[in-house]
Amino acid sequence: MKPTDIKDPEYFHKVVDCQYACPAHTPVPEYIRLIVAGRYTDAYMVNWESNVFPGVLGRTCDRPCEPACRRGRVANDEEPVAICRLKRVAADNKDDITERLPPIPKEKNGKRIALIGGGPASLTVARDLMPLGYECVLYDDQERGGGMMRSQIPAFRLPEKVLSEEVNYILDMGVECHFGTWISSMKEMLDKNFDAVFVGTGAPRGRDLPDLPGRKEADDNVHIGIEWLASVAFEHTAKIGKKVIVLGGGNTAMDCCRTARRLGGEEVRVVVRSPFADMKASPWEKDDAIAEDIPILDNHVPQSFEIENGKLKGMTFEKVEAVYDENGKRSLVPTGEEPVFIECDDVLMAIGQENSFTWIEQDIGIEFGKWDMPEVNPVTFQSSLPHVFFGGDAAFGPENIITAVAQGHQAAVSIDLFCNGEDVKNRLAPGVTIMSQKMGVHEWVYDNDISDDDRYAVPHADKATALKNMKIEVELGFDQDQAYKEAMRCLNCDAQTVFADEKCIECDACVDVCPTDCITFTDNAEEADLRQTLSAPSNNNEQDLYVSGTLPTQRVMVKDEDICLHCGLCAERCPTAAWDMKKFLYEVTKAGRG
Amino acid sequence: MSYINPSFRHPNLPVNDIGCTKTDYEGAISTLCAGCGHDSISAAVVQACFEMSIEPHRVAKLSGIGCSSKTPAYFLNQSHGFNSVHGRMPSVATGANMANRDMIYIGVSGDGDTASIGMGQFVHVARRNLNMLYMVENNGCYGLTKGQDSATADIGSKAKGGVENVYAPIDLVNVALELGATFVARSFSGDKKQLVPLIQAALSHQGFAFIDVVSPCVTFNNNPGSTKAYDYVREHAEITGSVDFVPKKDEITADYEPGTSTNITLHDGSALQLHKLAKDFDPQDRRAATRALENAKDHGGILTGLIYIDPDTKDLHNILGTTETPLRDLDQDTLCPGNDALAAINESLR
Ligand SMILES: Cc1cc2nc3c(=O)[nH]c(=O)nc-3n(C[C@H](O)[C@H](O)[C@H](O)COP(=O)(O)OP(=O)(O)OC[C@H]3O[C@@H](n4cnc5c(N)ncnc54)[C@H](O)[C@@H]3O)c2cc1C
Ligand SMILES: Cc1ncc(C[n+]2csc(CCOP(=O)(O)OP(=O)(O)O)c2C)c(N)n1
Ligand code: SF4
Ligand code: SF4
Ligand code: SF4
Ligand SMILES: [Mg+2]
Repeated sequence: MKPTDIKDPEYFHKVVDCQYACPAHTPVPEYIRLIVAGRYTDAYMVNWESNVFPGVLGRTCDRPCEPACRRGRVANDEEPVAICRLKRVAADNKDDITERLPPIPKEKNGKRIALIGGGPASLTVARDLMPLGYECVLYDDQERGGGMMRSQIPAFRLPEKVLSEEVNYILDMGVECHFGTWISSMKEMLDKNFDAVFVGTGAPRGRDLPDLPGRKEADDNVHIGIEWLASVAFEHTAKIGKKVIVLGGGNTAMDCCRTARRLGGEEVRVVVRSPFADMKASPWEKDDAIAEDIPILDNHVPQSFEIENGKLKGMTFEKVEAVYDENGKRSLVPTGEEPVFIECDDVLMAIGQENSFTWIEQDIGIEFGKWDMPEVNPVTFQSSLPHVFFGGDAAFGPENIITAVAQGHQAAVSIDLFCNGEDVKNRLAPGVTIMSQKMGVHEWVYDNDISDDDRYAVPHADKATALKNMKIEVELGFDQDQAYKEAMRCLNCDAQTVFADEKCIECDACVDVCPTDCITFTDNAEEADLRQTLSAPSNNNEQDLYVSGTLPTQRVMVKDEDICLHCGLCAERCPTAAWDMKKFLYEVTKAGRG
Repeated sequence: MSYINPSFRHPNLPVNDIGCTKTDYEGAISTLCAGCGHDSISAAVVQACFEMSIEPHRVAKLSGIGCSSKTPAYFLNQSHGFNSVHGRMPSVATGANMANRDMIYIGVSGDGDTASIGMGQFVHVARRNLNMLYMVENNGCYGLTKGQDSATADIGSKAKGGVENVYAPIDLVNVALELGATFVARSFSGDKKQLVPLIQAALSHQGFAFIDVVSPCVTFNNNPGSTKAYDYVREHAEITGSVDFVPKKDEITADYEPGTSTNITLHDGSALQLHKLAKDFDPQDRRAATRALENAKDHGGILTGLIYIDPDTKDLHNILGTTETPLRDLDQDTLCPGNDALAAINESLR
């Protein structure tokens, strides 16, 4: 193998598994250390810079970082660090941060940007452009900002106060807001001569089963999940029947069933076509639903709505089983058993969401491609009409808040370049700082003596009380003591092992001391062969091998990044400081930086 | 030294025949200087014992005094150990071995512990052919007492202080050969590929197995001008050949050109395959071994690898005709037959 190019910012970035997996590349270990130090406000600001909604995300994030977390890999029964819920700790314990928000220039730069939709994507664009002197004009059909964070995520998961606080940090920068305003024509919008238009309208249409027998007759008691959740959020709906069927296996289904339990649903069932394990909902969402006495029936395909005296009385389902072909492709094959009838008063349909761009005219230069989705560049978020940009669920279909934020940041970079007459493809490399952590022979700036404890569970409110009131938050959050203990589980993966070929005397001390056998000195070979010769099994090809140049004995140093604990023992043991532990801080380039 | 020892290990570590991973053979975290050759030797012992599926409780670790003699604390935590006074490890090993012949004895000593204060003990344990592995972790100095020249330092070699050693060195390999040791090898802490199979062969050998392991002291004797420094040893090492240790349950599979390799079956049924570099070298010929040593020395080389082995020897128990049973397994009457028996013996000698 060729020597590893550690100057490439992506090499060490990838080693910080959580940060790499986070769409917004939040410097996770950095804020976790600040929580350990009790510096909650600083921890909050590190988050705010990257992900804009730490209080919201600390409760609701889809947390792609956690399955990626190294801690979950270092032993067979280990669980990842509770990265997401630690973010909430920063938000819960911070002081007033208004002083720390970026100043907004009184004198504007003369560029006006339209933001259509007031969800996390648009708000992120505003957050990045307002401090640069742009004028941002936001349109949303809802009465307040936040998009689906407000209309969809139920209050028992996300208190309104937390959401409004973080939405207002941005709106209070002086965003010109037109709430209650549905944009029905893109053409009219373009006629207003904005310098750029950002479309952050989400994926606002819930799927239906229009052709299922009985659908029409049952209409009074059949509700589209996201519409129903919005009407609950805006307090137009306050109750539901005692027996409820929720169709679907995603997170929307989980929110629907748990909301139904709070609005009078006593026998609420989730019925899903796929096997339990294949359900789209996050494992913790499923756990929370089950904990609220909601059974999940898998492998049931809806057949018909059953009507009696013109009124819905239940649904019939066909039982199926999942069969996988050689390529792992799944098909649901009927088992031939009797159809299953389930009685109900109401049905909530949470079977998917779609985009809807009926308000964008076909002839104005915005090209649409497959599935009626706009053609959007995945790096610049520019559409085929150069001054129109898309981001969030509107760009590539329903995702989540953190993706909307990440895309908002990138769209803001593009808009800023575009408005300055520069090529939107001409993006600056990420900011990287790398700093030795050495303080003494075996003292590091970071605390390498990590905790062996199992992952701490976030305490929950008493179930009976929580089920009585839609607005009681179920999760109570970690207290400071629990947060400290959980935070001490973090391995500090941003403390990178950096190897200096010319200093190494090949004494093997690092090889011998490494608790997880990461390091090997061996003859060089191609990667696949090299992986066979390492000290410990090396079968996680997702993780890189760090390879030195040729050393005096004609061997190379090979470090498998996979199970490195970032404990620093290699560097403590090295007599010549050929290893050093260096903190690597990777910052995504934001609009106006550099 | 380091203070922390994380409890995580690689989750997919291989398991040996008795269900242990390498972790089960580890010791406490080392307090030696970073980069000390002795730590690599500890790691080699761990590797060797793991691969041989040795039950840790069957091992006794014995040592004297010195940085080297501290190392039994850093491997085989679950084994027995005795840290004796300076240079007296052989006596303690002899006593232990006489009392319980079923254990595996690993003696760890230093060049000071052996070639200075312990020289008298060393020569006798060698000539008695006590069944043990005797390793000298040879750094040419007294590391623990801050680097004074030891009796294995070469003439003209300079330690950190910069003063040339003026006394003729003792080559412990030569001494061991001279005294009739039945397994003699030399290796280098920085070459585990060679050291691990040598340790395994030594542990399988029924008799006195001596390995002189050159092991640089990074702090006091790893400077230019020292003949025990990493760079110097790498440049001057000359190997008798590469050694493969083949456990009893495996078949010899490596194929070498005829005449270049020798297979030696050991007492416990395992085998040693020596791939020789010098065609005329025969590790079962004591004179040839001495000659090879002298030849290397003539041009400043350090001969490493298996130097001599006599696989069919009588160890001290066999020489003395002691009981097959470890003393702890004998019942009180057999172990201590009483006054009448003693009187009978005395009578027979009158
Ligand atoms: C039930 C449910 C629960 C969810 N839970 C989570 C969760 O826990 N964690 C998570 O990360 N994600 C969750 N999501 C997904 C998340 O809400 C979205 O991915 C995210 O809000 C998308 O942000 P956005 O900025 O792209 O658009 P949105 O948040 O959808 O905002 C778009 C806004 O634009 C408005 N709009 C649309 N068209 C027009 C128009 N023509 N004129 C004016 N205004 C318009 C909409 O009313 C809306 O206010 C959930 C989604 C649902 C449905
Ligand atoms: C009876 C006695 N005399 C002297 C000493 C002091 N002393 C401690 S270690 C040592 C030399 C150790 O040298 P070596 O065996 O080569 O070990 P190293 O530290 O080099 O590994 C000496 C002389 C002692 N501990 N006991
Ligand atoms: S930091 Fe060094 S010693 Fe620790 S696990 Fe990683 S490679 Fe091994
Ligand atoms: S401890 Fe340092 S000098 Fe020794 S092999 Fe490792 S990197 Fe090289
Ligand atoms: S003084 Fe020398 S022998 Fe002792 S631990 Fe340090 S390097 Fe090793
Ligand atoms: Mg010594």
